Amino acid sequence: MSLIGRSVKRLEDRPLLTGNGRFAADVSLPDMLYMRVVRSPVAFGRLTDLRISEALAHPGTVAVWTAEDVADIPPIGFRMTSVPGLEPYRQLVFANGYVRYVGEPIAAVFAGDPYTAEDIADLVAPEIEPLAPCLDPTAPPSEFAPGRTTEAAVITKAYGDLDAAFARAYAVVALELIVGRHSGVPLETRGAIAVPEAASGILRLYGAAKVPHYNRQALAAMLGLPLDRIHLHEGHVGGGFGIRGELYPEDVLTCAAALRLGRPVKWIEDRYEHLVAANQSRGSVHRVRAAVDEHGFILGLDDEFWFDQGGYLRTHGVTVIDLTCAMLPGPHIIPAYRSVGHVRLTNKTPCGTYRAPGRFEASFVRERLVDVIADRLGLDPIVVRRRNFITKTAMPFRREFAVLGTDVVYDTGDYAGLLDKFLNRVGWEMLQADVVRRRQAGEMVGLGLGFFVEKSGLGPFDDARITLGSDGTIEVITGAASIGQGVETVLAQICADGLGTGLDRIRVIHGQTDRIARGMGAFASRVTVMTGAAVTIAAAKLRGELLTVAGRLLQTAPDRLAVAGDRIVVCDAPGGPSLDLAAIARGVGGELTADATFTTDRMTYPYGVHLAQVRIQRDSCAIAVERFFVGYDVGRAVNPMLVEGQIVGGAAQGIGAALLEEFVYDASGQPRSVTLADYLMPTIAEIPTIEVTLFEDAPTPLNPLGVKGAGEAGISAAGAAIAAAVDDALGRVGAVRQLPITPNRLHALLVELPAPER
Amino acid sequence: MSDRQDVTFTVNGDERMIRVEPRRSLADALREDCGLTGTHLGCEHGVCGACTVLVDDQPVRSCLMFAVQAEGAQVRTVEGLATGDQLHPLQQAFWDHHGLQCGFCTPGFLMLAVGILERDPDIAEPELREALSSNLCRCTGYQNILKSVLAAAAEMRK
Repeated sequence: MSLIGRSVKRLEDRPLLTGNGRFAADVSLPDMLYMRVVRSPVAFGRLTDLRISEALAHPGTVAVWTAEDVADIPPIGFRMTSVPGLEPYRQLVFANGYVRYVGEPIAAVFAGDPYTAEDIADLVAPEIEPLAPCLDPTAPPSEFAPGRTTEAAVITKAYGDLDAAFARAYAVVALELIVGRHSGVPLETRGAIAVPEAASGILRLYGAAKVPHYNRQALAAMLGLPLDRIHLHEGHVGGGFGIRGELYPEDVLTCAAALRLGRPVKWIEDRYEHLVAANQSRGSVHRVRAAVDEHGFILGLDDEFWFDQGGYLRTHGVTVIDLTCAMLPGPHIIPAYRSVGHVRLTNKTPCGTYRAPGRFEASFVRERLVDVIADRLGLDPIVVRRRNFITKTAMPFRREFAVLGTDVVYDTGDYAGLLDKFLNRVGWEMLQADVVRRRQAGEMVGLGLGFFVEKSGLGPFDDARITLGSDGTIEVITGAASIGQGVETVLAQICADGLGTGLDRIRVIHGQTDRIARGMGAFASRVTVMTGAAVTIAAAKLRGELLTVAGRLLQTAPDRLAVAGDRIVVCDAPGGPSLDLAAIARGVGGELTADATFTTDRMTYPYGVHLAQVRIQRDSCAIAVERFFVGYDVGRAVNPMLVEGQIVGGAAQGIGAALLEEFVYDASGQPRSVTLADYLMPTIAEIPTIEVTLFEDAPTPLNPLGVKGAGEAGISAAGAAIAAAVDDALGRVGAVRQLPITPNRLHALLVELPAPER
Repeated sequence: MSDRQDVTFTVNGDERMIRVEPRRSLADALREDCGLTGTHLGCEHGVCGACTVLVDDQPVRSCLMFAVQAEGAQVRTVEGLATGDQLHPLQQAFWDHHGLQCGFCTPGFLMLAVGILERDPDIAEPELREALSSNLCRCTGYQNILKSVLAAAAEMRK
């Protein structure tokens, strides 16, 4: 029986359940130093002086570093989506002359104990001459540096004759919509432990995540190390969500310090630091308009938006803006299109990606717009969606632009089919009738729907090596990374399925740069698609070799042999001769290995729908999400339990993004969301049972398993669906213009409504 | 801040004597002085609950308690839950019901749930939800955590 499609229990759980995990903070070495970073307390200003004499005089001080000490280290470069002209906006490890956000590193201290390191950091005294901060991304560009404005780039994607579409429109619908600044905020903060190995001359960095191979190359280049003198090691990682594992100033500092001080250096971020220093995301303002005919068909879509990038451009370059431009059309045909994204520097924490970058924002904008179009024309919003959907027979469907360096070609999909099945499954008419009944009884309840197209499986390559050892164990070595999503289990299932063995003897390696020369890591819902495909190919190869060797040893034609658990058997001779796997490895001198590479220049595009039911409590301006449904076509689910787990977790983050989570800055650029009591993540009290329906109607031809990614499906249209449900509860389509819908913002909408009848 | 004090307490049944600064948190003492890194620190300001341990059978945020305050106390951490290879019913249920993803919040949720179920083995779902809302998880969306605790409660009542 195939292991693909089975909800097997996770292989990685036991150490995590027994307290034997090895997260970054759990790594400690003898003679280790602790680094504490001194950060700017001012949003924008000129750093006129930095007094370190008192810090140096502290008896526990080993070193104090400022910008002068790292003047030879170049700024942190772009891992993804660079466009010409971005270089001047990169971040140095320490502020150089100017500070550009509260939390920007300006110095670091090193001591033998973390408490002492904090004491010493308090003695570093910066003098900063404050300047007027830029906090509004839509304000006219100001000066970033001599000759540079705060508009780092403008990204445009367009096709078709937009003017003609608006000229012949039956109606034009225009909206201004705002998506709040929020981010992944994993439960484990960042951490880095750099260890200079005197004997080998190798620098090892523990605490790596997401993209260890890329970061290894970047660090080697920045520190002037030959590539073979640095390795990165991923332990357990306490959540990723896009933000963890990118290369940050603190990673570079710990490595540089370990090299120069000749001792292991440990840095563990505290939560305050995390909320001002790690990547934030999403914050953007959209001005969108659509030209429609009398049936609600969108003839043209024109969006201009301003992305609140923060103080610098980090490793993602303009990824979020690029994806927002590309994914706004979503499931709809849209014959004429233009999206213009302004990348604006502001004096806030810099941004990167957060789970479903560009899609959470774009789905909110598009689905808001479609609901308002339907309302304006007096049509059912579901009918309007159906009229605009790309049909199943139009697949593959090409958009006339590229994203992340790949042409946008929707591979497979049946959007109308999924919507029909989903609405049938959730009992749409009953849900609506129930809401109407409760409203008549005086409750403020509503339903809202958001459809979305996701993207997954970004290439260009992934490698896998599978080795059968002389003890019969099977090692799957990959360049993938694990951020808690179940990589080991899924890749073991794929390997076991390809080989015909069981799961128990398979061990999956990920995130170790000394085990495999290259690897792309874990982002963009890519591991099951890309690494999974490489493992599929390697397993097929190894199976062929196993049977060939066994055929020789058993003097039987390989096509009469099969792998059954841990033995090779003769198919038509039950009870006949057989060999165990270890014997085969020994038969060829100890081990048998197969290597494979999977490459692609295309992404695969899964899709789905979110449906929220909310209740507004008028007195307290609270919004309760009573029910939340997700329907999603994943192509093929390797482990449905894990796919559902990804979706449920994503949906909870989406509910947080829609109602609670926001990085707020005051008028001077001081961050006000600096503890988990200010930055509100949902608890179980805010999250209903997330009701997930998986579909496998549109497997992709782009990889051997037909799988699409699942990591971002839970969050994509959550903001859109909840906004629509709140509209519905208010009885005003298009009322919600800004996420998150905080009590204050809901109050502003409620006071516009007539008072309830008593 | 070098006036260290001796603290004697019991961790998972073993008596420990450590010498710490008065400002040292119980969480740091467990992790650094006792070598029990299963207790995790997610915020160090008492919101996330990742550092939850049992102190004299009460779930406690070990980041908000000084080690010196644990003098004479019985402390239980995630490392003490399993008996050899035999997992505690809560650990087994979290495994069976996919109650964890990254696993960082898991020790805190396990210890919180142990405390809840020891106090009220028959706790009803609404009260259980309320009690579990003390801790944060960023991966699972909580429903499999709830499912796991309910399943363990049923198992422990047998």
